[in-house]
Amino acid sequence: MAGTKASCQCNGKQQGTRSAGGSAMRAYLTNLMRTPRSFRESVIRHGAPTSDRARSQAVSHNFFLHIMSARVHRHSLKFIATAGLGVITLVLFLLLAVTGILLMVYYKPAVDQAYDSMKDISAVVPTGRFMRNIHRWAAHGMVACVILHMARVFYTSAYKKMREFNWVVGMVLFVLTLLSFTGYLLPWDQLAFWAITVGANIAQSPQEVTDALGITAQFDPGGMTKEILLGAHFVGQEALTRFYVLHCIVLPLVLTLVLGLHMWRVRKDGGLARPDEPISERPPGCDVDGSVKTWGLMGLMKGRTPAVGKELANTVPAYPNALYALAALAMLTTAVMLTLGYFFDAPLAEIANPAVPENPAKAPWYFLGLQELVGYSAFMGGVGIPSLAIIGLALIPYLDREEEDVGLWFGGSQGRRVALGSLVFTTVLTVGMLVLTVRAGWLREWMPDIPQLVITFINPGTVLVFAFAVWSLGTVLRTNSTRLGAIALFTCFLTSFVILTYFATVHRGPNWEFYWWPSLWPAAH
Amino acid sequence: MSEDHRSVRPPRRTSHEGESSLEESRRFAPETSRRDFLGLAAAWAAVAAVAAAAIGSLRLPMPSVFPESNSQVKLGPPGGFKPDSATYLPELSAWVFRDEQGLYAISSVCTHLGCIAGREPDGRFKCPCHGSIFEADGKVVGGPAPKGLNWLAMSLSPDGQLVVDKVRTVKSGTRFTA
Ligand code: HEM
Ligand code: FES
Repeated sequence: MAGTKASCQCNGKQQGTRSAGGSAMRAYLTNLMRTPRSFRESVIRHGAPTSDRARSQAVSHNFFLHIMSARVHRHSLKFIATAGLGVITLVLFLLLAVTGILLMVYYKPAVDQAYDSMKDISAVVPTGRFMRNIHRWAAHGMVACVILHMARVFYTSAYKKMREFNWVVGMVLFVLTLLSFTGYLLPWDQLAFWAITVGANIAQSPQEVTDALGITAQFDPGGMTKEILLGAHFVGQEALTRFYVLHCIVLPLVLTLVLGLHMWRVRKDGGLARPDEPISERPPGCDVDGSVKTWGLMGLMKGRTPAVGKELANTVPAYPNALYALAALAMLTTAVMLTLGYFFDAPLAEIANPAVPENPAKAPWYFLGLQELVGYSAFMGGVGIPSLAIIGLALIPYLDREEEDVGLWFGGSQGRRVALGSLVFTTVLTVGMLVLTVRAGWLREWMPDIPQLVITFINPGTVLVFAFAVWSLGTVLRTNSTRLGAIALFTCFLTSFVILTYFATVHRGPNWEFYWWPSLWPAAH
Repeated sequence: MSEDHRSVRPPRRTSHEGESSLEESRRFAPETSRRDFLGLAAAWAAVAAVAAAAIGSLRLPMPSVFPESNSQVKLGPPGGFKPDSATYLPELSAWVFRDEQGLYAISSVCTHLGCIAGREPDGRFKCPCHGSIFEADGKVVGGPAPKGLNWLAMSLSPDGQLVVDKVRTVKSGTRFTA
């Protein structure tokens, strides 16, 4: 139909007048032959671009490519600038979406069928085990990469002016990623059941404080959270349904939305953070201080130095430079995940048994650091300290507003020294605290009748946090720099996270007792 | 780079500077007018409406009836529990004891984070998850549990059976005499 119309217009004829019989038929046949080509041309409106201008257009005219800006700064393409971590995280998320949807085809979210459907997926569904493995590995990988990406953004000062809000958006993504924990319940095996039981009781743990104050009957935020999460007082069908909805619909949807915002902001904040360019590279007469202007799509972006010529001098067209980098990272990530998924099976314990806890009942690795802290105080380890850490992280760009050294790792040798000092300090302190608590116990072992409120607020976890705060404030005073103070604090938290995670993974066994190695666990378990 | 060798940095440029341009632009801003007031009122009304709708939607996941709302379990005639006995009831995750003062039930659900504490030969309870330790009467003596094990409410059903409620608790030390 459309073809006929087009041919009519070409011939300059009115639609109704078909005098010369057969010419429309000829046009129809020609159009039919040309359809593959016209279709392609209707999708992509140009041939392979040959000039830089055409390359810019190729990017900005394409729905999928235009998440990139038309031109990219040379610095942003260097591996050292980003280590590709944001992109790898993004690719892992896409892999999770694809494999997750496939798993949904067979998975049944009912307590009496869930475990069997997992068994089916592992044993009889074609490629089922492979897809499940990839899903599991990509989930772990995404959490790891999100943490590393955050560390890279932090240590290169990429959260500074203009990018403050995108750092906060990133924090939201961080929390949403951690909530992938909801998927842990779905296999309905022993690990799942007990990890979520413990997790839901952590949500309830504000009762530790309200009980001590005797106000739980009137004001019970902990109990309410647990009831909303589980829809019951115990982990059962209601909880499984809720976690299924959260894991398969709510969280991916919200994450996609926030991710869109994140990517959009990366572009609107002027591309990736990068070091100021040496004065010599600036074109003459450019306005150095502080005017904020936006240039056209081709020359793009805001900045302190608006010189159009300069931007163009140090940028390259995103097509194909950034495109190749993206494609390479995507292929590499996918290849690693396929390999891991092929060789290493995701675990499936025995079916959930509410009468007998898994011993030890360990959460996924990224929560094990917190689980160690939870072993001192449920409320502080599971709610208090994580909330403090997340609020503290989100506030970093608003408390440290120094503008030097953006885009440089550690901002030079002084920053590197502060980071190293904080690393050593934290290692000594954290290991010291662990040795103390393992060998000598804590307040209750020393004074059995001590009030719970004292333990809640003074335990190895809170002592560490307090020491970190003092250490970083000391760094601010000593160096007269909020940036160096921030480096100290971030390094303290990151280091203790790594140490605690390692410790709880390797050295905690049945009854959460200390063992030098998992192979030394008593055989009964 | 030579600056890096000093330990104290000079005052640094921060992003609060250069905001005078914003102040400048404020000078030209018109006074708040009635129209602004109406506009603001409308905007806040819209915000309030969205907030109310959000809170209203969140009411749904808060259950008013719980699936385990019938938490009472019948255990047969009280005489079935011999003097000085300790009986474990897996469906309750609780122990029922009888001593000379009467019957009582202690839940073995750990008050820390809900694992099931095991009863040792010496009568104490030990939790496998984070190592809480409780005396034979449930009092916490070690580990992270914030309080002792719960004593469960007991009663007699009309048909003469002992009933234990797995959610309702009583003060520890309370005995039930049938
Ligand atoms: C779902 C998780 C996340 C994904 C998929 C993601 C993705 C990305 C991508 C693709 C970039 C471009 C640069 C790069 O590859 O490094 C980026 C930049 C950025 N991300 Fe994320 N991100 C995530 C989480 C986070 C978190 C947790 C933070 C920090 C709290 C964060 C803060 C930032 C900031 C500030 C930038 C701009 C960096 C710059 O200008 O150099 N993002 N993100
Ligand atoms: S659940 Fe019992 S000690 Fe943590």
